[in-house]
Amino acid sequence: MAQPTQATTEHVPASEHGGGFPPFKAETYASQLFWLALCFVVLYAMVSKIALPRMAGILADRRSRIDGDLAEAVRLKGDADAAVASYEKALADARNRAHTIATETRERLAAESEAHRKSVEAELADKLAAAEKSIAASKTAAMANVRGIAVDATGAIVGRLLGKAPSEAAAAAAVDHVLKR
Amino acid sequence: MADPIHQFEIVDLVPLGGTGLQLTNSAVFMMAAVAVTGFLMIGTTAGRQLVPGRLQSMAEVTYEFVADMIRSTAGEEGMRFFPLVFSLFTFILFANIIGIVPYTFTVTSHIVVTATLALLVFFTVIGYGLYSHGLGFFRLFVPHGIPGYILPFVVLIEIVSFLSRPISHSVRLFANMLAGHITLKVFAGFVAGLGGALGVVGWIGGILPLTMVTALTALELLVAFLQAYVFTLLTCIYLSDALHPGH
Repeated sequence: MAQPTQATTEHVPASEHGGGFPPFKAETYASQLFWLALCFVVLYAMVSKIALPRMAGILADRRSRIDGDLAEAVRLKGDADAAVASYEKALADARNRAHTIATETRERLAAESEAHRKSVEAELADKLAAAEKSIAASKTAAMANVRGIAVDATGAIVGRLLGKAPSEAAAAAAVDHVLKR
Repeated sequence: MADPIHQFEIVDLVPLGGTGLQLTNSAVFMMAAVAVTGFLMIGTTAGRQLVPGRLQSMAEVTYEFVADMIRSTAGEEGMRFFPLVFSLFTFILFANIIGIVPYTFTVTSHIVVTATLALLVFFTVIGYGLYSHGLGFFRLFVPHGIPGYILPFVVLIEIVSFLSRPISHSVRLFANMLAGHITLKVFAGFVAGLGGALGVVGWIGGILPLTMVTALTALELLVAFLQAYVFTLLTCIYLSDALHPGH
C-alpha cells in the first residue's frame, strides 16, 4: 500500500498509523476476533431464542386467525343461505295457502248464491201457479155469471119483444144452446 | 487532503493493555449492529400485533426476506440454518449501513471480520455435511454424467473451487466496503481541498465532486444492502451443498 508516503503528509500522527494498511495490521486482529465472536454469539442467541420464535409465533397466529375468520365467514354464509331458503319456502307456502283459501271461498260463495237463486225461482214458480189457479177460478166464476146474466137478459129482451116473458127454463135452454155453438 | 485510509484505523477507546480485549471503535460498531438488530427484531415485535405497525412490518419483511431466500436456494430443510443465516444477514447489513454515516466505522471493511464470517460458513458446511451424510458428503466433488477420463480433473477443479470459497466469499464483501468508502472519502476530500485552496472559485468548483459524493452515498447504500444480500445468498447456496451433496 501507498501508506508510508502519505503518512508523512498527513495531519494524523504517523505513530497512530503504525505505518501499515489498517485491515492488514495483525496486532488489531485479536481484539476484532474477540469482539466479533462475543457480538455474534450474543446476536445468534438473541435471534434464535427470542426474535425468530416470536416472529414465527406472530405469523402463525395471524395465519390461524385468518383461516379461522375465513371458516367463520363460510359458516355464516351457509347460515345466511339456509335462512334465505327457509324464507323462500315459507313465502311459497303462504302463497299456496292464500290461493287455496281464495279458491275455497269463491266456490263456497258460488254454491251459496246458486242455492239462493234456486229457492227464489221455486218460490216464484209457486206464486205463478197460485196466480194462474186463481185466474182460472175467477174466469170460471165469471163465465158462470155470464150465463146467468145472459139468461136474465134473454128473458128481458124476449119479454119486451113479445110482451110476454118466457119461462126461465126456456130462456136458460136457449142460452145454453147458443153458448154451445 | 484527508487521508482516505485513516477511516479504517482501529482505535482503542478503553485500552486494556495488549490483551486483545481492549474496547475499540470496531467493537462499538459491532455492538451497534447487534443492538439495531435487537431493536428491529425484538423491540418492534414486543406488541405482537395481529395487524403490524410500520416498525413491526419492517421486522416481518426482514424475516420473510431471509426465510424466502433460504427456501428458494436450500429448500425447506435449509430452515434449520435460519438463525445462522438471519444473524449473518442482519449483522452485515447493519454494519454496512451504519458505516455509511459519516464519522462512523465500518466493521465489514476489515478482512479479518469478513474472513471469520466466511470461515464460519465454510466450517458449518463441512461440519454439517460430514455429520449428516458421512463420507457421502464428498460426492459433492464428483458431479454426475462426467466421462471417466476427465473425471479426475473435474474433481480437482471442484475441490479447488470449494476450498477457494471462503476467500471469494470474504474478499468480495471486504473489498466492496473498502473501495466504496475510499472513493467516498477521496471525492469528499476534493470538495474540502478545492474550497480550502482556491477560495470562492474553489467553492464553485467543489460543486461537482459534492454532487458525486451525494450520488456515491446513494450508490453505497445500495452496495451496503446488496453485499449483505450476496453474502447471505452465497451462504444459503453453500449450506444447500451441505444438505444435498449429491447435486
